Amino acid sequence: MNMRLAVEDTERCIGCQSCMFACARRVDEAGLAKTCIGVRSVGGMERGFIVVVCRACEEPPCAKVCPTGALETRALGGVNFNKVKCTGCGHCVSACFIGAIFWDDETNKPMICVHCGYCASFCPHGVLKLEKKEVPAHAQS
Amino acid sequence: MLRADPLSNVLYIDLSKKHYRTEKREDIFEKYIGGTGAAIQILHEECPQGCDALSQENPIILAVGPLTALFPLASKTVAMFKSPLTGNLGESHCGGRSAVAIRLAGYGAIVIKGASYLPVYLAVHSGRVYFRDASSLWGMRSNFTVGRIIRENEPGAGLRTIMRIGRAGERLVSYACVTTETYRHFGRLGLGAVFGSKKLKAVMVSGKSSLPVRDKSQYREVYDEIYRAAVKSEVMKKYHDLGTAENILPLNELGALPTKNLRTAKFDGVSGISGEKFAEQYLGRRLACSHCPVGCIHIAALREPYEDEVYFYKTSMISYDYEPIYALGPMLGNSDTEGMLRLMDMVEAYGLDAMSTGVALAWATEAMEKGIISEKEAIIRLNWGDYRAYKEGVRMIVEQPNEFYRALAHGVEYASSVYGGEDYALAFGKNEMPGYHTGAGAHIGILIGARHSHLDNAGYSIDQKALARNKNPLPEELVEALLAEERWRQILSSLAVCFFARGIYLPETVLKALRQAGFDLSIEDLPRIGEEIHREKYRFKIREGFSLESLRIPGRILETLSPAGRLDERYIREAIGHFRRLMTEPES
Repeated sequence: MNMRLAVEDTERCIGCQSCMFACARRVDEAGLAKTCIGVRSVGGMERGFIVVVCRACEEPPCAKVCPTGALETRALGGVNFNKVKCTGCGHCVSACFIGAIFWDDETNKPMICVHCGYCASFCPHGVLKLEKKEVPAHAQS
Repeated sequence: MLRADPLSNVLYIDLSKKHYRTEKREDIFEKYIGGTGAAIQILHEECPQGCDALSQENPIILAVGPLTALFPLASKTVAMFKSPLTGNLGESHCGGRSAVAIRLAGYGAIVIKGASYLPVYLAVHSGRVYFRDASSLWGMRSNFTVGRIIRENEPGAGLRTIMRIGRAGERLVSYACVTTETYRHFGRLGLGAVFGSKKLKAVMVSGKSSLPVRDKSQYREVYDEIYRAAVKSEVMKKYHDLGTAENILPLNELGALPTKNLRTAKFDGVSGISGEKFAEQYLGRRLACSHCPVGCIHIAALREPYEDEVYFYKTSMISYDYEPIYALGPMLGNSDTEGMLRLMDMVEAYGLDAMSTGVALAWATEAMEKGIISEKEAIIRLNWGDYRAYKEGVRMIVEQPNEFYRALAHGVEYASSVYGGEDYALAFGKNEMPGYHTGAGAHIGILIGARHSHLDNAGYSIDQKALARNKNPLPEELVEALLAEERWRQILSSLAVCFFARGIYLPETVLKALRQAGFDLSIEDLPRIGEEIHREKYRFKIREGFSLESLRIPGRILETLSPAGRLDERYIREAIGHFRRLMTEPES
């Protein structure tokens, strides 16, 4: 899976939040409690929107601060989340200052984008795109 | 309804006692779906007969429906209250983030009663209501600033609505609006004044809960079907391309665009204010309501120099739509694009209903021309097309420096009852007219419509279809078409979906979507429930003194040629008579 969700152009975003609802539906949920995307205005809709999604960092700060090893760096950037190992300490949320780690109040654990791209298929204006990512040399086995 | 669905939770807030409670009202939502259907029941319960619309007894009801936050285009909140403009049923719909936020905060409806002794705004977060002292926001000149401050003061960015009033609401202008998310409105019938009378500056609600559905895989199937239709269908295209402003040129071409207080229905200066003109030269951004991929909201970017300093500019972002363009453009003879945008911006900053404001100023202009009011009353000279004077007029409607502006702030029906000029006071059931002189259907539709809105039954659309067929319907046929449409719209606004999505939410789709929300209705149930909700609204209207016999028909609509020719008062009265007979028949 060498795919990564990318924000192509936030200026095209109309703020409909269809992506946020799609993200929740992907895990069979309706509503917004389980969404891993955040779309909000840049302090007033007239100035456009901020689209917060996981950037799939190659050296993710969230994984670096996880004390239990619940977040494992993926070969292609971003993290795999192991719920069983997670104690819900929330360090990952503080470390990701772009705000891409969302919180599940029900399980008291983080929710993190898996870069499946389901949301991008519900973006009416091409703001989100699932793109192929080159495998960095050091990550190749 | 699904047992785990929070839809039936009604949040009751008492501003006098600073107290709140939540009550389960399955009885209402099971029977009447939600939105309009639920709101009118709650209004019957909460609004004492004959109460003053600006007294603390008048409740504010905000209701959403089962499809809200479950399916695309279910983006509307329905507000119900007694209208200070008409003294009767007030119903207004608004999008923005309001509906999704209320639903995902865990409520089907919010009821606000009483009045605060000091200015407050309400913040609803995680099942709690906070009464915040809004004294520092009261009297603020611009509604934009109010939104900005509350935005910074409250959590929940992206997942919240901030419904607020401007100066017009504080000053109890009978057609003050409530604004959400800067550019959407509970526009008509004066909800802003009801807020103001309660010293309620704003209501902010945040929410991000999950909702139950009946069958997860079927839910996704139905969702995809509706979503694809919304983004691909031709019926939605016009809304995202030019937006509703697309209608300016065709309606003018037809001779149906009310101009200069409807002395004519064709505007010479139309090219300055067309949807095409705005899109090509000023469109700065398009926006959407929550959970609507269409994005019909069009924002013009107006760059203006400051006159006192070189190379010093400001850029204002101004929302435009067909209705405010009609009312502040042709209706006032304004063809100056930028001048009209400035006027719109001011109306937005004060929190006024653009339609009522434009019609009120149009009447005042004609009344000045005819000499029934002078500069003694109006203070300034109002002339067609003079947007600077109209800006001053708008300011005075809000500030009400004298008796004349106090009267004008009560609407054109009231002002003309004091000063004369009723024949050209363009109000229907005391509500100022929308921008359609398409034929008898538009006007009759508003006269008999349950909330006196052009969106009740879309008479303008029936007129245009009749024109295309080149055959005027009999009054009976017209009324039956209006009534059928209005009853169906009760279902749409109970779901509560945007009326722009009516081409997508056809009965079969409605049933499929409702099934996922746990409503097992049949195709026969929908018209029955629609009729029942409509009758419940009429029951409220009659209770509050509405009478079809005493409806005033402004003489002007009979004088000015429409695309269907000259309108005939007898035809209109016959239609109203037929409507009365239909409404007194037992339920079908």
